[in-house]
Amino acid sequence: MSATPPLPPRRARRLALAAPAALLVALLGACGGSTSASSGPASSGVNGTVTVLAAASLTESFDQLKKDFEAAHPGVTVETSYGSSATLVQQVNNGAPASVIALAGTSAAEPLDRSLVKGTQMFATNVLEIAVPPTNPGAVTSVADLAKPSVKVVLCADTVPCGKAAQATFRKARVVPNVVSKEVDVKATLAKVKLGEADAAVVYHSDVVAAKDAVTGVTIPSQLNTTLSYPVITLADDAASRAFVAYLLSAEGRATLQAFGFAAP
Amino acid sequence: MTAPSHSPTRYAGRWPSRIVLGLPAALALLLLVVPLAALLVQADWSRIPSDLATPTVLPALRLSLTTTSVTAVLCLLLGTPLAWFLARSDHPVTSWVRALLTVPLVLPPVVGGVALLLTWGRNGLLGQYLTPFGIQIPFTTVAVVLAETFVAMPYYVLAVEGAMRGLDPRLESVARTLGASDLRYLRTVGIPLVLPGIAGGLALAWARALGEFGATITFAGNFPGRTQTLPLLVYVELERDPQVAISISIMLLAVSVLVLGVLRGRWLR
Repeated sequence: MSATPPLPPRRARRLALAAPAALLVALLGACGGSTSASSGPASSGVNGTVTVLAAASLTESFDQLKKDFEAAHPGVTVETSYGSSATLVQQVNNGAPASVIALAGTSAAEPLDRSLVKGTQMFATNVLEIAVPPTNPGAVTSVADLAKPSVKVVLCADTVPCGKAAQATFRKARVVPNVVSKEVDVKATLAKVKLGEADAAVVYHSDVVAAKDAVTGVTIPSQLNTTLSYPVITLADDAASRAFVAYLLSAEGRATLQAFGFAAP
Repeated sequence: MTAPSHSPTRYAGRWPSRIVLGLPAALALLLLVVPLAALLVQADWSRIPSDLATPTVLPALRLSLTTTSVTAVLCLLLGTPLAWFLARSDHPVTSWVRALLTVPLVLPPVVGGVALLLTWGRNGLLGQYLTPFGIQIPFTTVAVVLAETFVAMPYYVLAVEGAMRGLDPRLESVARTLGASDLRYLRTVGIPLVLPGIAGGLALAWARALGEFGATITFAGNFPGRTQTLPLLVYVELERDPQVAISISIMLLAVSVLVLGVLRGRWLR
């Protein structure tokens, strides 16, 4: 008996082999494609792609700056990625392709591989502020209130700038806060208050401004507060990257930053 | 008619097909093995003892071991009956429940963490009823266990259900005609027969719980000694001192390989 099978075994085998082969081709194709993205036809002014890594606290302001900058420079695409300054520095040290990195505080830049740095400029300052839910369930009005056992406090991890700054402020105030969690970056810290799970978080003034009605800010007096200077570090020496940094330092860029709660350096 | 035999033409076709199959197979192996080897090669072995003496490591290790053990026990106590119900039922609802169970498997753990927060958080679906009693789950060790159970339980239930489906249904019928209750059947016949499946499911669930990161950091937060498990510590240490993070990773790798190795020798074939 030799009934013909619905699909000859050889064809079935060929189909089975085609899938991994196609995957391999796709993988190899993806590897080749990523390098040729930046070169484009020259039009008026600068063009290219600027990859900006920015501290989590810069999320809202840099989204706006990116939009305005791209509108002014149609040939340039700005790609932004946000995270804790500590994470971003590690990413750059491990070879992440970045043109510009903007960090929360100068000490965050210390672990950065010096040989990659083309230039550093300060572009803004920021101070700490206590964020509480609009209903303020913990009745927080001062730094000292954060020591109450009934107040659940969320801070940034000790490794990231907002966590270090908060520790400095608590040392100055001689307050031991009732910390329930140390989050990986400032936006994660703020999120716990936005969700109403924490009674207070120590974040930046700019975060309270950016969160609008979702949280209420409790000001930390200047003698206890910690001020951070934000450096912008150029890693790629191309026209588009230089133009972006220049825009950041321009009166227009500074005005945007101020609208989001940052002060001039 | 002659029986089909290994003809010379089939032998001739063997080597090309071996290469075509072997190349992707080798690539798959490399994709999986090289990162593990990199961890071992890049580690500064002389520093491991002092790295592991970092004050944050021991509390994280203790927390990871206790929470994953509790998770395994929860899987055993709650998951086994669920697996049994799923295995013996052919009702259409069962297949829906099974599909539902696979959702946490494919869900990004961070999304699971958000879902847990919306359930057990103090404004959450269930959490709001606990708040008046002064019970708050987020940021506690209980939250770590809930997060780990959420991601690990499906592995356990699906593994044990598979094992239970493999049982001869006549065993249960016979037990029933002899007057045994479901509970007694399970205790004396069902569970002893699927013990390897239970051990396998536990090993899978435990390993998944040990590696849990996203749901934990979202739902339980990150506090040393209370909710900071080993994977969370690796993430935080990576920003402070990458070498310490590598040392902890190697310890985590060793712990999981050890436990899975012991289980494999004893239970998993």
